[in-house]
Amino acid sequence: MTERIYVFKRFERFWHWSQAGLIMFLMLTAFDIHGTYTIFGFEKAVLYHTNAAWALVGLWVFAIFWHFTTGEWKQYIPTTEKVVAMAQYYLFGIFKNAPHPFRLTQLRKHNPLQRLAYLGIMLFVGPLIWITGWLYLFYGDWAAWGLGNLPLEWVATGHTIGAFMMLAFLIAHVYLTTAGHTPTAHIKAMITGWEDVD
Amino acid sequence: MKSLFIRTALLVGCAAWLATTGPALADETTPEAKPLKLNTTANHSKFKELQKTFLTGPEVTKACLSCHTEAAGQIHRTKHWKWEYLNPATNQTLGKKNVLNNYCISIASNQAACTTCHVGYGWKDNKFDFTSEENVDCLVCHDTSGGYVKPPGMAGNVVGKDTEFPPGSGNIVKGIDLSKIAQKVGKTSRDTCGGCHFRGGGGDGVKHGDLDSSLAAPEKELDVHMDAVGLDFTCATCHKTSSHDVAGSRYAPTAKDDKGIQGRGKAGSGNPATCVACHGNGPHKKEARLNQHASKVACQTCHIPNFARGGIPTKMEWDWSTSGKVDKDGKQFAIKDEKGHNIYESRKGDFKLGENVVPEYAWFNGYVEYTLLTSKIEKSPTERTPINKLGGSPTDGKSMIWPMKVFRGTQPYDPENKTLVTPHTTGPDGYWTTLVWDKAIETGMKDSGQPFSGKVDFVNTVMSWPITHMVAPKEKALGCADCHSKNGRLAGIQGVYLPARDNNALVDNTGWAVVLLTLLGVLGHGALRIVTGRKH
Repeated sequence: MTERIYVFKRFERFWHWSQAGLIMFLMLTAFDIHGTYTIFGFEKAVLYHTNAAWALVGLWVFAIFWHFTTGEWKQYIPTTEKVVAMAQYYLFGIFKNAPHPFRLTQLRKHNPLQRLAYLGIMLFVGPLIWITGWLYLFYGDWAAWGLGNLPLEWVATGHTIGAFMMLAFLIAHVYLTTAGHTPTAHIKAMITGWEDVD
Repeated sequence: MKSLFIRTALLVGCAAWLATTGPALADETTPEAKPLKLNTTANHSKFKELQKTFLTGPEVTKACLSCHTEAAGQIHRTKHWKWEYLNPATNQTLGKKNVLNNYCISIASNQAACTTCHVGYGWKDNKFDFTSEENVDCLVCHDTSGGYVKPPGMAGNVVGKDTEFPPGSGNIVKGIDLSKIAQKVGKTSRDTCGGCHFRGGGGDGVKHGDLDSSLAAPEKELDVHMDAVGLDFTCATCHKTSSHDVAGSRYAPTAKDDKGIQGRGKAGSGNPATCVACHGNGPHKKEARLNQHASKVACQTCHIPNFARGGIPTKMEWDWSTSGKVDKDGKQFAIKDEKGHNIYESRKGDFKLGENVVPEYAWFNGYVEYTLLTSKIEKSPTERTPINKLGGSPTDGKSMIWPMKVFRGTQPYDPENKTLVTPHTTGPDGYWTTLVWDKAIETGMKDSGQPFSGKVDFVNTVMSWPITHMVAPKEKALGCADCHSKNGRLAGIQGVYLPARDNNALVDNTGWAVVLLTLLGVLGHGALRIVTGRKH
């Protein structure tokens, strides 16, 4: 008997997809700025990257507000419960048609590995990118902020490390959307808000 | 509509007035047209002191000084007069009297030729009287007629009537109407300054690369400030004089100006000739990021994309060591390029010329140390001997990235005394006539008061000229990617992290490895799911 659960509310879905678009666009322009390839050219890439970054800042202001007013931030509190089971499922069970060890509910919409991964992104990769990106944006004010001796190379290198981690995360994340109860269950949920659970 | 009517009415009125009074006016005043720009309150043609025939320059100067009593004294204190400058930063005594370069090398024993560009009369040898007031040349800077030209080889003198020069040669130097020129004096102009500064190195555009006769009446694209039909700056608009002393120095340049706009009432000791003196330290109104660049990059670096842009080539290399060849008749000859510019002269050697030259770039803090005649040099098979060493580093807090004309030469030196030398080039016994090095160098070194071993060798030298003129309109400034790219203009600049040019190889290699492994991991995982096929 399949049950339908409303897991992703309208704002959350809007946040997710606009953030996904922005991040992918930021990556596209990022490696243009980095000199890896030339699509827009440095000057336009910087302009687009900067504008997309500000758009993401705006989106995050709303998202943070939403998470705290709705209490949804609790979804990211890490848990050790079923972590091993989840890992075993991805490593073995998924190939043997074993049952998914996690049954999502509205209050626990992320499986324990997801919680850990998102928390890691939010605690480490996010701040790395945001702090270095913010410094990059305000390079001219470093002296006024007392950061006159901070080498741009550190900031730039940190920002690049963050970008690689985000890219690796993005690949894994996109793939794991197919690893729900059915290959399309997660994707459908993020589009419609409703997820079918067994 | 209304203003058009008024203008038309005025025009018709003026025409009518001219038609009736014009002939009468012409009768009672001089027929000479007034200077285009009436920027002086004195019409010098009305002064009795100037209404006479002048045969020599000093006669004119005496007339000038009868009113402008302190002018000569002011000139006496300037580099333009002394050709000498004590650089307080290096304690070196510089100025044209003392430095040498890798173009025509030095004025020693060549004074009579070189001082054609001295603001004085009669400096033909080391006995010139630098306290003489009447030998100050007022006209060379204040001529507005364009007719004041100092003939070469006459030690800066001019002649008011046709004169045989050198005496007994049968060569006649045409006299100029000094009276007419004196009556039309006015402010300095691009033409007067350019008369010498466009022709540094002995010819149009030769030396500087960013100064040549194309700046006499430039288009906006060549120089946004001097644009003859636009802002129409003269040299003195930026090089603001104070008591006849002209601001701006190549011996002690202002590499980084953090003093902001030098406005009225601001008690600044700043150099009024810098970009910042007018534009301030944050001149980019739309794009704050560009102002951030201004903490490390000189304005000139982006705003003068190329030099020698006016159609006149500048010399980029000069090899004196190949000079001295003669044709089958034993005569000197020259080889021209396809545009008719000399690229070889028997008396000078091989040249390389450049137009629209992309500058080289270097950190520069304004400190310039010269290799003087007293400096010991070592000939190196790989390194060029610097004629001037420019200070600068990314970390001293005083340097900016500057565009440079880097001039490379091969010039005579004394391999035994290990010094550069000052050959006597001009005149009948000069190298340019005799093509004999040792004699010419001996004469020159004697004039310089320095020893010469008699041995002559050639040494590769290099001299840097910070570029600051020929400022392009902002649309023609460099774009980001001119420097922010792998092999951009600043490829050789160390000490700054340039996004797109620079990356940390370890981070990049590790990063791409992680990304690739992740991709392989998920692809493998997915493939395995499909192969095992039991779930979906």
